[in-house]
Amino acid sequence: MNIIEIKDLVKIYDDKKSVPVKALNGIELSVAPGEFTTIVGPSGSGKTTLLNILGGLDDPTSGQIIVNNVNLSTLKSREKIDFRMRYIGFVFQAYNLIPVLTARENVEFIMHLQGWPKKKRQERSAFLLKAVGLGDRMNARPGKLSGGQQQRVAVARALASKPKFILADEPTANLDSKTTENLLDMMEQMNRNEQTTFIFSTHDARVVAKARRIITIEDGKVIHEETKK
Amino acid sequence: MMISWKNIWRNKTRSLVVIAAITLGLFGGLFSSAMFKGMGDQRVHEALSKEISHIQIHNPLYLENPEIGFYINRAGEVLDFIRQQDGVAGVTSRTKLTVMIGSTSANSGVTVLGIDPDRERQVTELYKAVFDSSEVARELKIHDPEQIQAFLKDSVGAYFKGVSRNPILIGEKLAHKLKIKVRSKVVLTFQSVDGNLTGGAFRVCGIYRMNNSMFEEANVFVRADDLAKLTGLPVSKPHEIAIILNDFNETTPLVNLLKQHFPQLEISGWKELQPDIGMMNDFMNAMMTFMIVIILLALGFGIVNTMLMVVMERSKELGMLMAIGMSKIRVFSMIIFESVLLCLTGAAVGIGISVLVINYFNIHGIDLTKFAKEGFEAMGFSAVFYPALGFDFYLLVTLMVVITGILASTYPALKALKLNPAEALRTEV
Repeated sequence: MNIIEIKDLVKIYDDKKSVPVKALNGIELSVAPGEFTTIVGPSGSGKTTLLNILGGLDDPTSGQIIVNNVNLSTLKSREKIDFRMRYIGFVFQAYNLIPVLTARENVEFIMHLQGWPKKKRQERSAFLLKAVGLGDRMNARPGKLSGGQQQRVAVARALASKPKFILADEPTANLDSKTTENLLDMMEQMNRNEQTTFIFSTHDARVVAKARRIITIEDGKVIHEETKK
Repeated sequence: MMISWKNIWRNKTRSLVVIAAITLGLFGGLFSSAMFKGMGDQRVHEALSKEISHIQIHNPLYLENPEIGFYINRAGEVLDFIRQQDGVAGVTSRTKLTVMIGSTSANSGVTVLGIDPDRERQVTELYKAVFDSSEVARELKIHDPEQIQAFLKDSVGAYFKGVSRNPILIGEKLAHKLKIKVRSKVVLTFQSVDGNLTGGAFRVCGIYRMNNSMFEEANVFVRADDLAKLTGLPVSKPHEIAIILNDFNETTPLVNLLKQHFPQLEISGWKELQPDIGMMNDFMNAMMTFMIVIILLALGFGIVNTMLMVVMERSKELGMLMAIGMSKIRVFSMIIFESVLLCLTGAAVGIGISVLVINYFNIHGIDLTKFAKEGFEAMGFSAVFYPALGFDFYLLVTLMVVITGILASTYPALKALKLNPAEALRTEV
């Protein structure tokens, strides 16, 4: 049973002022639970658009996208926000942590939104921050953490509410080789331990090397798929 | 709310500037309001406690034409009824005539009030308006009667003491006009109850001083018994009954009750007796509120500007919050709370400083005697005033600050809600 089913997905950007741009052109794709998948392709190929639609941040022009048995196109705006909160974790290229909160508070934030009890929040955030190697930096604010450390906090935050899958858009773009290596190892470990599905969008060959499934898109279409054994 | 509070301190300088603006604005508004209120309250207190009391009763004909014959019939019955009512602190009756007063130097038309000094004490604070030399003599432990007499002679007298026969209390302004002092003799000329012109000699026992020079010039006080002997009108037939209540807010209910029981009499509350006092009271309250509203309006625009900058600066972060599942109502509340907390911080500091400064001057007073004594007193105000504000006004201002914070941040918060998370995440700040 796949966690994501995409059928004939089309996205056309048309602001009525300039020429319409077809960002996705009939994507067909399915993702099974526990996958560690990366979507690759040149700039403008439609990777970010696909991730935005997968994350319910954008609506397709046509086609169907079923996530966890829910057709995202049928959800209202408020339901989509709730859906994102419960089922999807996000890791962004620029980390996007809340600067006024500590690492621990950042991780607890989404659990707080979900109404977790304080004790459970604290236990989970401590567990995750230790798991990403930041057990000793839990009370540091993002400004006091390195880029790699901030991205680790972002991964811990994405995992905090036990989502069905995590969407990571260029998560290593701002990191050096060693940090990237460590981060990828950590995410792979999380993928195995927590059985969380990871979907990356990246240019980074190091990410591609770690992925067990590689989907290549170009001009808004899937042109190649490869699954490693 | 926690994140809103932390957000305030992201840009400390900007937040402190906004807080300082709120603090100074509120302090200015509150202190000015306290000055207005202090002046107004003093005037109202002075008028109610020394001049008109809370309720007055007259024969309606007397109000049209203040003739000696238009007295209150069965005044004893009225007085007994009033004394039985709850909330009545004191009641007294007065004989009130328009007379000529003359000294060796000048004459003047005045109103003479024949009073019972002891009962008058319960109703008005006239006795406090006299520099009472006998009290001072007692405090100084002067026991020798001759010494006391000598002391009284050179002073501004006492409240119906020091003169045994026909004592009269006159205002300072009138004393200057007639060029008289304590123990000077004056002659009152008036109409007796049988319509003949009559008069009598009185000796000044004390000179009273109020903040209303017009009142000082126009009213003199004698003992009702002394006046009755000269006019032939018994004390039991007064022209005026004055009532003071424990709470002046109870004026209207008692006026209505008295009107029901004594429909033949004219019964007036203090706002009817001196409409200018009531109007001034209402005007001062309106001015205070208006001033605070103007200040808060100006601050409100400052807060709109600040919060719009906040939303623009944090659009990427707001996009992230919406992406990870923060609902619109939470985003909206977060921005509103931030503005309200910013306003409340400024309000707490502003109100705190105001309370300290206003309380200081409420005790020590602001003395403008050197600058505008006569001007103030001509209008019935004291040149020394004591700023005062009630707890309810501080509470009202706090509430208005909260409302300003909410209203001022509504537009920026709505702008935040219109952000598209996917686009906001691509914003480069």
